[in-house]
Amino acid sequence: MVGIESYGAYIPRYRMNHNTIFLAVGFLGTFPAPGENAVANYDEDTLSMAVAAGIDCLSGMKREKVDGLYLATTSQPYMLRQNSAIVATALDLQLSIRTADFTGSIKAGTSALLSAFDAVKGGTSSNVLVCASDCRLSKPGSSQEPLYGDGAAALLVGSDDVLATFEGSYSVSYDFPDRWRATGEKFEHAWEDRFIRDEGYTRMIPEVISGLLKKYNLNIKDFAKIAYPGLYAREHGAIAKRLGAEPGQIQDTLLDKIGDTGSASPLMMLAAALEDAKPGDKILVASFGNGSDALFFQVTEKIKKLADRRGVKKNLASKKELSSYEKYLAFRNLAPMDLGMRGEESIRTPMSTLFRERKSILSLCGSKCKRCGTPQYPVQRVCVNPDCGAVDEMESYRFSHRKGVLFTYTGDNLAASIDPPAIYGFVDFEGGGRFWFDLTDCDLDSVKVGMPVEMTFRRRYIDETRGVYGYSWKATPIRA
Amino acid sequence: MPEGIKNKVAIIGMGCTKFGELWDKGAEDLMVDAFQECIKDAGIEKKDIQAAWFGVHFEEQSVGKGATPLSLTLKLPFIPVTRVENFCATGTEALRGACYAVASGAYDIALALGVEKLKDTGYGGLPGGPGLMGTRNALIMPKMTAPGSFAMMATRYFAVYGLSPDEGKRMLAKVSAKSHHNGSLNPKAHLRREVTEEQVMNAPIIAWPLGLFDCCGVSDGSAAAIVTRADMAKNFRPDPVYIKSLQVALSSGEELMYTNWDGAHVETGCRAGVLAYNEAGIKNPRKEVSMAEVHDCFSITEAVTMEDLQLSPRGRVKDDIEAGRFNLDGEQPIQPDGGLKCFGHPIGASGLRMMYEMYKQLQGKAQQPERQLKNPKIGLTHNLGGFPAMNIVSVAIVGL
Repeated sequence: MVGIESYGAYIPRYRMNHNTIFLAVGFLGTFPAPGENAVANYDEDTLSMAVAAGIDCLSGMKREKVDGLYLATTSQPYMLRQNSAIVATALDLQLSIRTADFTGSIKAGTSALLSAFDAVKGGTSSNVLVCASDCRLSKPGSSQEPLYGDGAAALLVGSDDVLATFEGSYSVSYDFPDRWRATGEKFEHAWEDRFIRDEGYTRMIPEVISGLLKKYNLNIKDFAKIAYPGLYAREHGAIAKRLGAEPGQIQDTLLDKIGDTGSASPLMMLAAALEDAKPGDKILVASFGNGSDALFFQVTEKIKKLADRRGVKKNLASKKELSSYEKYLAFRNLAPMDLGMRGEESIRTPMSTLFRERKSILSLCGSKCKRCGTPQYPVQRVCVNPDCGAVDEMESYRFSHRKGVLFTYTGDNLAASIDPPAIYGFVDFEGGGRFWFDLTDCDLDSVKVGMPVEMTFRRRYIDETRGVYGYSWKATPIRA
Repeated sequence: MPEGIKNKVAIIGMGCTKFGELWDKGAEDLMVDAFQECIKDAGIEKKDIQAAWFGVHFEEQSVGKGATPLSLTLKLPFIPVTRVENFCATGTEALRGACYAVASGAYDIALALGVEKLKDTGYGGLPGGPGLMGTRNALIMPKMTAPGSFAMMATRYFAVYGLSPDEGKRMLAKVSAKSHHNGSLNPKAHLRREVTEEQVMNAPIIAWPLGLFDCCGVSDGSAAAIVTRADMAKNFRPDPVYIKSLQVALSSGEELMYTNWDGAHVETGCRAGVLAYNEAGIKNPRKEVSMAEVHDCFSITEAVTMEDLQLSPRGRVKDDIEAGRFNLDGEQPIQPDGGLKCFGHPIGASGLRMMYEMYKQLQGKAQQPERQLKNPKIGLTHNLGGFPAMNIVSVAIVGL
């Protein structure tokens, strides 16, 4: 039976309180409801979060069996250069794999999920990893600003030991122009909220849910959890009442905790529902954006056997307040900040080098000497072990999932950084190997020699002149 | 068994410009100034020079590639000139090339000149940019600065030897204060003011735990040497200075990518030291080395180098620093001219500037009598180019 074999999520560590937004730009007239949004760090973006969610999803799973990767997003860095291929490389997935970007709408997450189920059911793929990720940029002072959040969720679709079977779906598609952003534009446009709520949100979600119930002859009471995005909190509740659902059946939208994460939202709510699910539970998920997709699942016994992962819970709990709105503007490049002349240094990315060295750069793979067993990074031909020295006796060795210990570090005020000091150090990996990396998501005061660290895929630089987003791995204190 | 270079080559002339933020001097001006002093000191004519070695590191922002910048500036008459570069040991590598040329018997008289024009960078510190580490490395390594990379060694040193940050910083503060005292007595130095330990301790942090006064400055300068065969040296002057050893050691990759390095010493420094003492026939460096110019790009570098070069026992340099052993009036003066700390570090020139001080001290001609050491016999210069985890160290030993 086709279904979900595993799930994962990623929520940025930084949370911005709505009050911080209000104090900064409330003079323009928006009054946000209480709450906070998840805000990506300066080195995070759609792809870095998708990779993090993918890694969480793949905990305890055999990475080698993944033969498809779909990335769903409305905030991809590239319009040309497949974003899902970058994510697949970062995850060090096998080469004979199908990759596809699903974009254009915040229902892209469920679109990708439906296609993944179709592919596995149809027999052309066996395991598709679906990553939905959005890093949502809104104009300072906009009504969207306190409602949007950054985040990612990932689901591994397959037919082996599924923890929830995919039972069916119902979709409607409308060219509903509630929000739009043309190619090359930085910010979205939106029509009147009343129009969006009355003509879209409160119509299309009930439409797909009742359509689904009718198609499969189900009752709303059959469902343990019903999940649909909640940009409009009051209407979200009203829909539940109209459908005849009890409050206990409605999955938390996380709107006041992290904000609406766009294409990631339905998948993240599904992951959260699965975290608390029991065998036999039926779960319904719907998206909203240019129509809606509704899917439903039945949880199996296998849910109890799933290996530990961070999921939504642990990501939610691990947080730090971003109390400076100015920093937010700087991180999002919304206000021109002076990084000094050091900040002007730009890498003219040699693409042929990037491709040739992608295992080292994007996959964080190095080599392991077959003769002496020494792991070493980056990829080497000559063994670094002074007692070995073997040449061309290496096998590929992945470091990205390994923990390590911080050998030494510094906080550098001279290096150009949007968030000084630039913190970097050496990581001694468990199992062997050492290298130096930038550190992120930490404060200098809390960094110590000997502290445990893990690796995270981050955006290293943006070269605006040449249209290049560069990525590499950094070290971070163990997140959860 | 190779014989080594001991007593095969002698320096018969040296020149060294004032080092500093020399806005009115380009690299070419500095090369001419150093060369003129050097050739006058040697008492020879330009046409006597048979080969030259030219050192510059950040050529992309000054003279450009190849060795033609030297031959064109000095109007050398169609002689062989070789450009050398090995990070901060560039100047010493120029000397090494010239010395090996003469020791081999291929030439009788050779010139070594190093120059660096750093103050056209436009901002403080050394220029950044992907050219430094290599294109692939620029895509995976941290965006480090020199202070940051040495700061990491300080953190490790404190951790390995159980020093609190305050104890560690105080030890390092003494190193800088000592060098500043020496620099205040040197008209060619860039920085000529004394600083106190408290000033060093309280200076703004550049890369934790290193503060502003733990870091040498960035400056412009040039220095040059003319060498000849040892058996010809006394034809030129009564007091030539003889090369006893020239050794270089480079990182193997173990420090960065293997786990046998403790992060609290410079492995190449240890090995170059052993090779150099062997070549020079020095059995007890702590007793036999009269004075040294070591690579004090950062205070921690000097402290660790004392241990690497066996001038202090491993892990115990703090005792020697506190006892004043390395002060100008101590048992083993280090940086008698003020070091990189007071001269700044025009990369291509520094190795030769260090040699200039050893040369003058051995001849009894230190520019200010207050800096002249009493009867030095053996001088040592040490350069460290790169970072503690991936670097080159050069050690040169000279004597009468």
